[in-house]
Amino acid sequence: MSDKSEPISWQPAANMEMIQSRAALLARIRNFFAARQVIEVETPLLGSSSATDPHLESCLVSGERDRYLQTSPEFAMKRMLAADATAIYQICKAFRAGESGKRHNIEFTILEWYRPGFDLAQLMDEVEELVELCIGQGGISRVAYATAFHEKTGLNPHTAELDALLDLAEAEIGVAREVLVTATDLVTRSTCLDLIASHLVEAELSAPTFLYDYPACQCALARIVDDSQGHRVARRFELFVNSMELANGYLELVDAAELRHRFESDNRQRQLLGTRTVPVDEQLLDAMAHGLPDCAGVAVGVDRLLMVMSGSTTIQEVLAFPSERA
Amino acid sequence: MATYSTNEFRAGLKVMLEGDPCSILENELVKPGKGQAFNRVRLRNLKTGRVWERTFKSGESIEAADVMELEMEFLYNDGQHWHFMKTDDSYEQLAADQAAVAESMQWLKEQDRYSVTLWNDVPIGVLPANFVELEVVETDPGLKGDTASGGTKPATLSTGAVVKVPLFVSIGEVVRVDTRTGEYQNRVKS
Repeated sequence: MSDKSEPISWQPAANMEMIQSRAALLARIRNFFAARQVIEVETPLLGSSSATDPHLESCLVSGERDRYLQTSPEFAMKRMLAADATAIYQICKAFRAGESGKRHNIEFTILEWYRPGFDLAQLMDEVEELVELCIGQGGISRVAYATAFHEKTGLNPHTAELDALLDLAEAEIGVAREVLVTATDLVTRSTCLDLIASHLVEAELSAPTFLYDYPACQCALARIVDDSQGHRVARRFELFVNSMELANGYLELVDAAELRHRFESDNRQRQLLGTRTVPVDEQLLDAMAHGLPDCAGVAVGVDRLLMVMSGSTTIQEVLAFPSERA
Repeated sequence: MATYSTNEFRAGLKVMLEGDPCSILENELVKPGKGQAFNRVRLRNLKTGRVWERTFKSGESIEAADVMELEMEFLYNDGQHWHFMKTDDSYEQLAADQAAVAESMQWLKEQDRYSVTLWNDVPIGVLPANFVELEVVETDPGLKGDTASGGTKPATLSTGAVVKVPLFVSIGEVVRVDTRTGEYQNRVKS
């Protein structure tokens, strides 16, 4: 049982072996990109705006001007890409308020890279090569989100009636519909899909698997296209190992008007949820209006990658000072 | 009515679920990178002892349960209820029914202290110490000096509990028992 008054330990949570493994992993990642002429870059961790995603909370830092600790380096890296279409990567800390658990630490290490001219399949190839180098397991299967979803539930996530999704959530996961229903059907739909995917579909993905082509309502900043069956899908993928999300990649949205529309719709959803709205990143919008090259980009959770490599079951084991000791 | 939001969930928190008081055992955040977060929670139903698994949407609130654990002294059993007294010098007494006492019944010895779980001031659970020392009141004649053969025999203790003891233990001796497993530990010199 946790005791609130317990003093914070001064000692690192991870042992020296783990700390060395982390250093070796970072060196390996840097070699990987150096050999491919992908340039390492640095962007601010403190920004004047931040991600608008309704389910991401940035940590707000008060000062002369309020700043947000970035939930990923995505926006600033895209501004660099708009200035110069060069392949770039970054290893940095990212911050997501309120996210702590066995697989979450508020502050975590992210590896993010962008490949001008790549499509999603090419980017998956590169992620696979890096992951194989790290965990020694290649041949990562690639399954369309809809296929995995249908196999597990019998429902097509793109076309199923909202009622069918709500019924499934209640029957299989025991979450009542009144908990899931929100002010807008689109948000309710996305909530149901998140619940079903995280509880039923991803549970099956213990062998390394890419899920690709997500429901359009979960597009984030990925491009929306028609898939081979004519369904509107978000051209993005996630990589799962041991049923844990390890990477999240997009064929990047490059349309500034569409980006503004998504930012605004995120903020409207935030108002409905009663969470703080986020100032829209005008510099990113300007950069995109100037012209973001066609590119694909991906973020990898470095701590989670280290968890897989070391066989750790909690993220705390691979961090020198997890939030509880920070 | 007091409520707890999922972000306050932690092990040991007492909440109401489907009308029963429960204690949270484990709370795990399930969050797709950019999607809606959920909390997968394991709870022990304090009335039945059963462990439940439930998923909550993060941000959901549930009612708090007015549950506390008190050290109390066992006084007597009147055939229907087991009577306990507070050890805070208030001499206040509370009666526990059979459902509350449940399996702990076999370890209850007058004047010993127990951990009693109260819900809305009514006992719903009684837990003995991990180890208790009780007198053997019935067992087959002891094979004195047989400390090597490793055989066991049943022995009835003063509280009614039946435990397996080594062959050399005889009536009138006091033995130490692990109440979590019901296993004999050793003889206690009295």
